[in-house]
Amino acid sequence: MTAEARAPRSRLDPEPVTRRDVLGLAALWSAITALGFGLIGSLRLPRAAVLSSPSKKFRVTLPDSLPAGQAFVPPGRAVALFRDAAGVYAVSLICTHLGCVVKSTPTGFECPCHGSRFTLDGTVARGPAPQPLPWHKVTGGGGEYVVDEGANVPQGTRLQA
Amino acid sequence: MSEQERSSSALREFARNLRQAPRRFLETVFRHGPPRTDRTRSTFVFGNVFLHLHAARTHRWSLRWTTTLGLGLVTAAAFVITLVTGVLLMFYYKPYPDVAYQSIKDIHFVVPTGLFMRNVHRWAANVMVVAVILHMARVFYTAAYRAPREFNWVIGMGLLVTTLGLSFTGYLLPWDQLAYWAITIGANIAQSPREITDALGITDWADIGGLQRQLLLGSDVVGEEALIRFYLLHVMLLPLLLVALLAVHFWRVRKDGGLARPADADRRLGPPPADAYPVFTEAPRKTYQLAAVVRGRTAAVGNGPEQTVPSMPHLFYAELGVFMLTTLICLALSLWIDAPLKELANPNVPENPAKAPWYFLGLQECVSFSAFMGGVGIPLIVLAGLGLIPYLDREERGTGVWCGGPGGWPLVRWATLFGLAAAIGVEAFAIRCGWLREWFPDIPQLVITFVNPGTLLAALYALFSLFVVRKQNSVRAGALALFTCFLCGFVVLTIIGTYFRGPNWEFFWSPADWPKH
Ligand code: HEM
Ligand code: FES
Repeated sequence: MTAEARAPRSRLDPEPVTRRDVLGLAALWSAITALGFGLIGSLRLPRAAVLSSPSKKFRVTLPDSLPAGQAFVPPGRAVALFRDAAGVYAVSLICTHLGCVVKSTPTGFECPCHGSRFTLDGTVARGPAPQPLPWHKVTGGGGEYVVDEGANVPQGTRLQA
Repeated sequence: MSEQERSSSALREFARNLRQAPRRFLETVFRHGPPRTDRTRSTFVFGNVFLHLHAARTHRWSLRWTTTLGLGLVTAAAFVITLVTGVLLMFYYKPYPDVAYQSIKDIHFVVPTGLFMRNVHRWAANVMVVAVILHMARVFYTAAYRAPREFNWVIGMGLLVTTLGLSFTGYLLPWDQLAYWAITIGANIAQSPREITDALGITDWADIGGLQRQLLLGSDVVGEEALIRFYLLHVMLLPLLLVALLAVHFWRVRKDGGLARPADADRRLGPPPADAYPVFTEAPRKTYQLAAVVRGRTAAVGNGPEQTVPSMPHLFYAELGVFMLTTLICLALSLWIDAPLKELANPNVPENPAKAPWYFLGLQECVSFSAFMGGVGIPLIVLAGLGLIPYLDREERGTGVWCGGPGGWPLVRWATLFGLAAAIGVEAFAIRCGWLREWFPDIPQLVITFVNPGTLLAALYALFSLFVVRKQNSVRAGALALFTCFLCGFVVLTIIGTYFRGPNWEFFWSPADWPKH
């Protein structure tokens, strides 16, 4: 078919794909692929490999006079330590809802942010918190203890005093 | 001519050129002379890289102040004000924990005009948020999102989200108690998909929530990493994104043929007033050639330019007026109320109550029932719903008219009534009677995630507007109902969150009743 036999093209008609376009398309797609991989690669950067958070383990001395069932909150830490007949345990004070620090009361814990309430062992009693307050691992003995905020233990686990 | 004469004539020319230099300089800056004729008024617009985001002529419908209430411009003006004052604040602000607080304190108490600039920045940011929401409502109620403007509506949603992002990231910068706890909560909302993954037991290998939070904070606490990230977002990435989106937004307004107007706009407008500068003194030469490459109807083809007036001066002076008004509002507010600054952030003692910025308090109200639904689920549903509007409503009746379309004003009035009643009713019930956790302490979290006052309200609204779609036999009517309902819900929840929630997020009739601690 010769060029003259074709109907005249209007300038609104799409142009047919020519051989040149193969190269053009290859260039386009390699650029898009490179951009895509570049994007994924650079998104890895903001995800820190080492988290600059303060040490999660700390040492604490429980006062001898601490009555059973009363919370002891070491200054600057969001953990409540308890001592009862069965031993010593540590309950996290970070609300499982959105991370506010809960206040310890004689009957349990209260969150100031959206009103979650927890019983003394951390079970959710009210409000939006989806999970109980976790218990942290406690080691040591003789009044000196090490609490590891990074390690959780099942509710009810106590360290024999 | 002798050697001497020639050099003296060159000297004379030098002197003359020197004398004329200032005027010539001005002429080279403004190449086309003062905008006094039809032609120079046009070149004034398209001869200027910034102004030519506008068309050279503007339809009279766009200039009626009831068409837009100037709201988009108020938003843009407020943004420009935050830009200028923000750059000034950057002279002193240092993005490092504790130091940040000291630097804001310096700005607040020591830096000359520091307090004023800080006030203006903060007030302009608030004005921007209010205006962007109202602007969106204006576009919705005048059905101005319809073809060919669908995509510009989507761009607008990007602008809405970016504006909220700017505000949210700015909120952390003072590093006071208010800032610290609002961001702690915000970052944990980003983590709240864990509510679902925990319930399904897949958090260990699909921890989307944890990843989001970690990307935001760069650490697992709100600390120095978080502050520098928020700072970067606030002063660089989000403003750049906003400017880019704005450029597309404005450009498309022009390319979509100016602002939406009713099909019978010309009849409604009547003849142009005698003092307008309406008629072409010269016939346009170029427009019709362009018609070959522009798809669809353009403003100039087939419609005639009768109802258009030159953008300079009619449009530009109106814009300048809105800009000055916005500035006035921001300045007045700044002289009247100072930006708050609480104590230095203390990671061990939360503010009580810890409240997000006011425009997020409606969400915080939902969050106080379920972190995931309130913070992620419902916002995503709302955004998806908003984005779909122009693709679902493809009717033609009512474009460019307030509450246009089937149902009209009466429908909007009913929807307002329903929206307010449902929101107040559901809230009153939840506040009086509590919710599932209080009645059945052992209920699985997943049930509460999906059945809570927030989702209940959304479901009520959805049912109501489905009913309206059927009754009016029109998608637009349903959209009118749904949008109105959500707006009412937003207002009610925001007011409750702002004025009626006290310590422990409990309900109080007035802050005077808050327990003292
Ligand atoms: C390029 C544009 C901007 C720059 C360079 C900028 C810069 C800054 C800086 C340095 C601060 C810290 C000083 C301070 O807290 O007073 C700040 C705070 C803030 N910014 Fe911006 N900002 C910009 C735009 C915006 C926008 C568009 C919004 C919101 C719509 C916004 C909302 C805020 C808020 C709410 C604060 C906290 C103000 C306070 O309490 O002090 N900013 N901004
Ligand atoms: S953070 Fe504790 S209830 Fe929301």
